[in-house]
Amino acid sequence: MAQTTIEVGAEQTMTHGAPHRRVINIQPITRIEGHARIAITLDEQGNVADTRFNIMSLRGFEKFIEGKPAEEVPKIVNRICGICPWMHHTASNKAVDGCFNAQVPPTGWKLRELMQVMAQINDKILHFFFLAAPDFVLGAGADYKVRNVLGIVQAAPELATQVVKMRQMGQMMIEKFAGKVIHPIVVVPGGFAKPMREDERQEMLAKSREQLEFARFCIDFAKKNIFANLDEATLKLGEIRTGFLGTVKPEDGSLTLFDGVLRLMKPDGSYQDFTYQQYVDFLGEHIEDWSYCKFPYARTWNEGFSMDLKQPKGIYRVNTLARLNVCDRINTPYAQAELEEFRARFGRPAQSTMLYHWARLIELVYACERVIELLEDETITDPHVRNEVTPQAGRGIGCVEAPRGTLIHDYSTDDNGCISRANLIVGTTHNVAPMNMSIRAAADAVIHKGVITEEALNKVEMAVRCYDP
Amino acid sequence: MPVKVAEEWLNSCSGCEIAILNLGETLLEVLPHLEFVHIPVLMDHKYFGQTGEGDIHHIDIPKATVGIITGGIRNQEHLEIAEAMRQACDVIIALGTCATHGGIPALINQWRNEELFDRYYRGSETTDAQATPSDPVLPACLDRSYALDEKIKVDIYLPGCPPHPDWIGETILALLEGRAPQLPMKSVCDTCPTIKTGKGNLRHLNRFLRNAHYDPSKPVSEMHCLLEQGLPCMGPVTRGGCAGKNGEAPRCILARVPCQGCFGPVQQQGNQLLDYLNALASNQVDIRSIPEKSTLLEFSGAHGLLRPKAARGR
Repeated sequence: MAQTTIEVGAEQTMTHGAPHRRVINIQPITRIEGHARIAITLDEQGNVADTRFNIMSLRGFEKFIEGKPAEEVPKIVNRICGICPWMHHTASNKAVDGCFNAQVPPTGWKLRELMQVMAQINDKILHFFFLAAPDFVLGAGADYKVRNVLGIVQAAPELATQVVKMRQMGQMMIEKFAGKVIHPIVVVPGGFAKPMREDERQEMLAKSREQLEFARFCIDFAKKNIFANLDEATLKLGEIRTGFLGTVKPEDGSLTLFDGVLRLMKPDGSYQDFTYQQYVDFLGEHIEDWSYCKFPYARTWNEGFSMDLKQPKGIYRVNTLARLNVCDRINTPYAQAELEEFRARFGRPAQSTMLYHWARLIELVYACERVIELLEDETITDPHVRNEVTPQAGRGIGCVEAPRGTLIHDYSTDDNGCISRANLIVGTTHNVAPMNMSIRAAADAVIHKGVITEEALNKVEMAVRCYDP
Repeated sequence: MPVKVAEEWLNSCSGCEIAILNLGETLLEVLPHLEFVHIPVLMDHKYFGQTGEGDIHHIDIPKATVGIITGGIRNQEHLEIAEAMRQACDVIIALGTCATHGGIPALINQWRNEELFDRYYRGSETTDAQATPSDPVLPACLDRSYALDEKIKVDIYLPGCPPHPDWIGETILALLEGRAPQLPMKSVCDTCPTIKTGKGNLRHLNRFLRNAHYDPSKPVSEMHCLLEQGLPCMGPVTRGGCAGKNGEAPRCILARVPCQGCFGPVQQQGNQLLDYLNALASNQVDIRSIPEKSTLLEFSGAHGLLRPKAARGR
């Protein structure tokens, strides 16, 4: 195991109540999910001395699922995130399958992927238009009362109505078929709780084609109206140099959100592939005294952990940009064309943090295409969707690519099939160290000589929002 | 004049906020009548001034008529935010089961904080074991996870994990019209269309390890009650309404899955565990067939109902 070094910064960060240093609190960080704050400490000249990204709460899912019947757990852990409950729900079911040695029928597997990828569509629309776009459409320096989705409704009512309608259609498609769209229950150990009828398949297919049309409109709109107008400073905002982690299909290295092998890429573009079961050999979690959240790092690189901007150690990123960097190709035509254009322009691996948004829209196109592929396969209506499972002692590791990154659920069960031990690494956690670094880079770029403006602080937050935490 | 609204999330997952957005076009219709003054998920209003140098001992939330709070209270920061919201708002809505009954995160109430920290910071294969983070900037955990009304006064309870958008819309409309919202008060069973024979042949419950018996080409109303099929359905002891105003069936049942109990007890003060064991026992069902009983309180473990193991024996 690597000897971990800690080189977070030479100076002790002053926080609440420090009398002799100016500390700027961005609290709460907004248009993200959850509770976090940024503290920027200034030196005597009013330049940035240190920055910290504090994760302010801890709920403890790994602890409180202990003792619970494993088949109930996929319905508990979806509450880790109300934006991406389908990701936890599917990864958790894969882990319980592993514990119980369950054999999932092919159609159960297809329905799981269908739901998991459909949920990604709505998530990406939500993030881009509701959370991120206000900074670009209304301007990073616009009044905060206007710089939000309500401001977009005022400024571009037709676009806003279309976005709301398409997201709503996507949410209701899932809810109508699966019962619940937020905190789902329909994926079960051994497969899926209900088959799909032919009329349901036809209806979903028609709507999915509308979604693809909309996704292609979105990326064209963003390329023309947002990405084309990004100045060099904004493109460089929060830029850092790291490795990347994502999931690819083992047979051809192509992008997958649902199932495959993990690929860990170094900043120089070289990479190693490994199975879910090997994750403990490749990844570690570092702890800092000032964050409840842990800091995953690439243990396998044997270089320890450091968030130093000039010489980071063990730092890799996940989420949209990471997935597009690690994959060799995308096996759907429109998304592949977008990837080729993206790669020709920004190289592989692309490091600019702002490109997370662009990559997100390419994945939106992929997700729509993949859903159509799954629904065009008529065997998806096969009624055999679940095999009975037997509670037993075992261990299972289930992974999916969540919108926010690689999601790992690792469970062990006792003889009654109840959870004896759980280890989770969730998407956003992988990006905690990179977010710390991007905050520092952005703060250095926008804060000089003690001049603090609302726009400058919002730009620091924009670096965080790229990661969609 | 639009009604001023403030919104906050505490020990929660953001699912309730997504449920608000799932009002969809209804949301677009009510928006002109609302003025959001504080809502971290969508708007950049900050606690300590927009340039971050305000008094850190005073959380600034603008005055509002309506305050919506999701999530329970688990740490000092949640508590301070809840108190600031109560001071700033005339009416407080506890939105979602975490706020009304603790919700899933209150499952942690079965353990002491030290047991959680040992597990999280010193008990996993991937973690480089360290002392529990203790920088003063981190809000201290309270001894357990609390429902909102254990710490501040609540005016309207709107449970659900998440609540159905129909009831969120009804509550907002009622407040705009100056009347009390009409919210569902029956049990899930009372709103469930499945076929119940009431013959009482059930002697034990089975774990949900194979799918229910039903014809997928037929509607839920032609499926036999899942509890009578021997599946662990929480319908009898759970507040109904998850299907919204015009839904075909309770949402889990629509997925052909037993009710998980996510709207909490039928009565605000009810106890899902005791009510369920009573219901089973009075129908001669062997309650030993339930593999783990605290799971019955997985949505309603606040208000002192779930406690650390050592304390439970006393």
